[in-house]
Amino acid sequence: MELTTFNEEKYHIIAIDGELDASSALKLDDTIEQAIQQGQKSLLFDCEKLHYISSPGIGVFTSRIDDHEQNKISLVLYGMNDKVFNVFKILGLDKILPIVNSKAEAKKLIDGALNKD
Amino acid sequence: MVHSIKISCSKSSLKDVREFAEKVLANYEISDVDKNLIVVALDEVCANIIIHSHQCDEKDHITVQIREEENILEFSIIDQGETFNISEYTVPSLDALIKDKKAGGIGLILVKKIMDQIKIEKQDGFNVCRMYKSLIF
Repeated sequence: MELTTFNEEKYHIIAIDGELDASSALKLDDTIEQAIQQGQKSLLFDCEKLHYISSPGIGVFTSRIDDHEQNKISLVLYGMNDKVFNVFKILGLDKILPIVNSKAEAKKLIDGALNKD
Repeated sequence: MVHSIKISCSKSSLKDVREFAEKVLANYEISDVDKNLIVVALDEVCANIIIHSHQCDEKDHITVQIREEENILEFSIIDQGETFNISEYTVPSLDALIKDKKAGGIGLILVKKIMDQIKIEKQDGFNVCRMYKSLIF
C-alpha cells in the first residue's frame, strides 16, 4: 500500500493506493498522526485506489472518532469502490463515518462542519 | 475437491490467503461485493490466528482449505497454536469499540456478520476453525 499526502487550500489529502490490512494499517495510522501533529484540521482520504480493506484498516478511522470530535478535526473519506464501501456498510459505519463519492463533496462537507462551529 | 494453501504466520502472508480465496471463489457465481466480504472474513480469522495464537512467528504455519458441498462453502483454518474459540467469543458492540478507542474486535464482528456458521474443533492435536457460507444469497 502506498500513501500520498498533499495540501489543497486548507484541506490535507491522504491518498491511499492498494490494500489496507493488518500488515499496512500502521503506516496509515502513523501518517494520520503526523498530519495531526502538523496541526492539520481538515483531513480528506482519497479512497479511489483503495482496493481492499479489513478490520485493522477500518480501526484506524474508528479508533479516532472521539478524539477528532474533541479536537475539532474533520475527517471525510471519498471515492470508495463498492467492495470497500460494503465492508463499512455491513458494520453500520456508513452511518457513523462521513463517506461521500467525490473530493468536491468531501470539501463541501468539511466546509459545512466548519461553518457550523 | 478441496483447495488448500499453507502459509507462514506472517502478516504479509494474508495477501496470499486473499489471492488463493479469490481464485477459488471465481469458480462460483457470487457478486464481487459478496466475494470480497467472504475474503475479508477469511482474512480476519487468519490474521487473528497469526497475530494472537502465533505472535507472527514466521516459523509457524497455518493451512487454509476451501471446499464446496451442496451449495455450501466450507472454509477450514488449521493450526497448532493456542486455541482461540471465536464461536464462543462474545462480540462487543461497535459503539463500545469506538468508545474504548479499540481498533481490535471489529474483525470478529465482521466474521460473525458475514459467515453463516462458525465452529472450532480439535483434530489430531490441530485446531480447526470451520466457517460455512451458503451460496444461495
